[in-house]
Amino acid sequence: MDKITVVLAGQPNVGKSSLINAISNAKLKVGNFAGVTVDKMELDITYCDEKTCRDYMIHVVDLPGTYSLVDYTQEERVTKDALLEGDYDLIVNVVDSTHLQRNLLLTTELLELGKKMVVVLNMIDEAQNEGIEIDEKQLSVILGVPCVKTSASQKIGIKELEESIVKVAQGKESPSKVIYSDFIEEEIARILFFFQMRKYQSGIPYRQLAINLLQEDKQTYKEIHDDPIWIELQHTIREALEHLYLHTGTKDIKEIFADEHFAFAKGAKMEVMSRKSMRAKNFTQKIDNLLINKYLGIPIFFLFMWILFQLTFEVGAIPMDLIAASFTWLGDSAKSVLGDGLLGSLVADGMIAGVGSVMMFLPNIMILFFGIALLETTGYMSRVSFMLDGFFHKFGLHGKSFIPLVTGFGCSVPAYMAARTLKNERDRLLTLFIIGFMSCGAKLPIYVLFIGAFFGDQNAGNWLFLIYIVGAMLGLISAKILHLYVFKGEDEPFVMEMPKYRLPSFGLIWHTVYGQSKSYIKKAGTFILAASMLVWFASNYPKQDVLEEAYATKIELSQNQEDKKALSNELNKKVLEESYLGQIGHASEWFFAPLGFDWKMSIALETGLAAKEVVVSTLGVLYSLGDEIDENSSSLQEQLKKNIPLPAAVSFIVFVMIYLPCFAASMVFAREAGGWKYLLYLFLFTTTVAWLLSFIVYNVMKLIIGA
Amino acid sequence: MVLSELQKGDRATIIRINAEPTLKNRLNSFGVVRGESLRVKGCSLAKQTMEIEVEGTLLALREEEAKKIEVEKVVE
Repeated sequence: MDKITVVLAGQPNVGKSSLINAISNAKLKVGNFAGVTVDKMELDITYCDEKTCRDYMIHVVDLPGTYSLVDYTQEERVTKDALLEGDYDLIVNVVDSTHLQRNLLLTTELLELGKKMVVVLNMIDEAQNEGIEIDEKQLSVILGVPCVKTSASQKIGIKELEESIVKVAQGKESPSKVIYSDFIEEEIARILFFFQMRKYQSGIPYRQLAINLLQEDKQTYKEIHDDPIWIELQHTIREALEHLYLHTGTKDIKEIFADEHFAFAKGAKMEVMSRKSMRAKNFTQKIDNLLINKYLGIPIFFLFMWILFQLTFEVGAIPMDLIAASFTWLGDSAKSVLGDGLLGSLVADGMIAGVGSVMMFLPNIMILFFGIALLETTGYMSRVSFMLDGFFHKFGLHGKSFIPLVTGFGCSVPAYMAARTLKNERDRLLTLFIIGFMSCGAKLPIYVLFIGAFFGDQNAGNWLFLIYIVGAMLGLISAKILHLYVFKGEDEPFVMEMPKYRLPSFGLIWHTVYGQSKSYIKKAGTFILAASMLVWFASNYPKQDVLEEAYATKIELSQNQEDKKALSNELNKKVLEESYLGQIGHASEWFFAPLGFDWKMSIALETGLAAKEVVVSTLGVLYSLGDEIDENSSSLQEQLKKNIPLPAAVSFIVFVMIYLPCFAASMVFAREAGGWKYLLYLFLFTTTVAWLLSFIVYNVMKLIIGA
Repeated sequence: MVLSELQKGDRATIIRINAEPTLKNRLNSFGVVRGESLRVKGCSLAKQTMEIEVEGTLLALREEEAKKIEVEKVVE
């Protein structure tokens, strides 16, 4: 089987991901969708050429969208590096047919790389709806590379694309066919002539070399500089550049070529595209009139968010009881099979209780991710950036910070990575530091648990909304403070495309929801399972034989049933307090005591540093072992309500809202921020803020309730 | 005049972009290039950000950036 490596490049919002989905769903099996390298997506497709009966393995690398090859954001640098240095057979340049001119600008830059290439005119159905006709044959002639019309959503042209990929990969490399203005072509010809005369040995075609020299490509100069030919060449180039300057009236070579690229793209568009009607963007226009209305826009946005949180809670609650019941049943049957001994306790109280308490929240997580994916894919997210930039700017943030921040409501890990779209180092760091204030999906179970226990289910959605809003507000205030005292400097310009509204394909959204759910379940099955077992072990050991024997005799001696139960509970409590976990909890109690937390809550917070879901499972393990005062109240919520005073519970929620994100997110943070020292700063910053605010909330609540 | 002085619905031709190279390049890649025409589609509250359309592309930019784009208003 022959292997073909393809890189997928294109501007943002051209439907690259949908195209990948369409290709892999059509008939081919997806090898691996694992985000091995988090910034690039890779997958393998097998393709059979029916005519020659040969099998091909097409390895697709999906690069982040980029507007041009000039690195502006970090994300774009990833793309540029991959295109310049990566080892691949051909570029598939995905183009949005409805924005041909702007997209061809990138195509022009890609053509200059001199690699094999296929141009994909994607979203051709949408273009036709807008009355746009494109002559792809003519475009192929102009660009010198095959052009294929496709529609990922309608599954048009997928087969043709695969054929072209194989054909181009087998063919020869084609030199760039970008044609410049006459005065530039003249200089190129002059340099070309020089190389021909000298019979210069070059790895790349002369024309490419000449263009690179004129564009002042550093790498090319570095290579040619050591060649004796350089002495004569220097003169020729200097003269050529002088001519260009004279012609354009500017000495900015970048600008000269930018103008050339633009002229080429515009020329190509003029020649191949015709507009039958102007039915164009009425749809987007009409929706925008409402959604980014000066006065209504922001209230509408908050309404959407409110609905999302209501749904998360209300709809998510429906399957929750079922999941909880099935795990309780599982635990009970495990105990009945394995007995009440150590093994039974490990499986039922440790593993099943821990994993079950986390799995219960899967429906909530799925709804939340569904909502966020919906906001992202419809194009609404950038509208919100537009509306909120003015407001955000006051806090030292950038309108674009909004996207990572909202992603942070789902999971901090992609949120930290989404911050790459911010060009300015200071804006990026600032955004990274406050992403944690946007409560992630894994904190949701903790909130749901505590809200259910202390505020009842009636207004749960509203309480949840309030928690998220307060978290976001705290984040903004922290941003302002950090902006004033820590991250000072120039503001990044705000220039952003507002994509057309699109009804997202269900497949794409499902892909996101499925992927996130899968990783959540995976985490529950591996990481949280291990953590639960660890917590169980630490809460059961060291064994207190002396204590247990003493109580065993006491229980035997006592007369009535109630005394026996009370004594056995006392024993459980003492055993737990003497356990490793109890010791750690007690050791750190001094730190958390002013916030109203007992040692169990302290432990839960500490284990939560590994993953926020573990907070719930730890509480589950601790309280299911500890105080089974009566057998009917086995639910964790009732246990919490019985054992934790209200002010401490609220103070706990506040602490959870703010303190350090989970282990995985912390690692990503350190990488994205550019060093471990930033993680230390983040730890100190979040812990201080969390402690202070919890302290205030706890004492104020105590005062209110006391009075 | 500069872009930020225009009102919603105004049409104009781009005369010059007085921005540093990176911003200029970014604007170029969006199709904001000397000689092209644009239309103001709307402004956010207090005109902190504005939305323009160039060659079918909708763009959002801040007032500070809009000040760097010299335009000539097209009277319709």
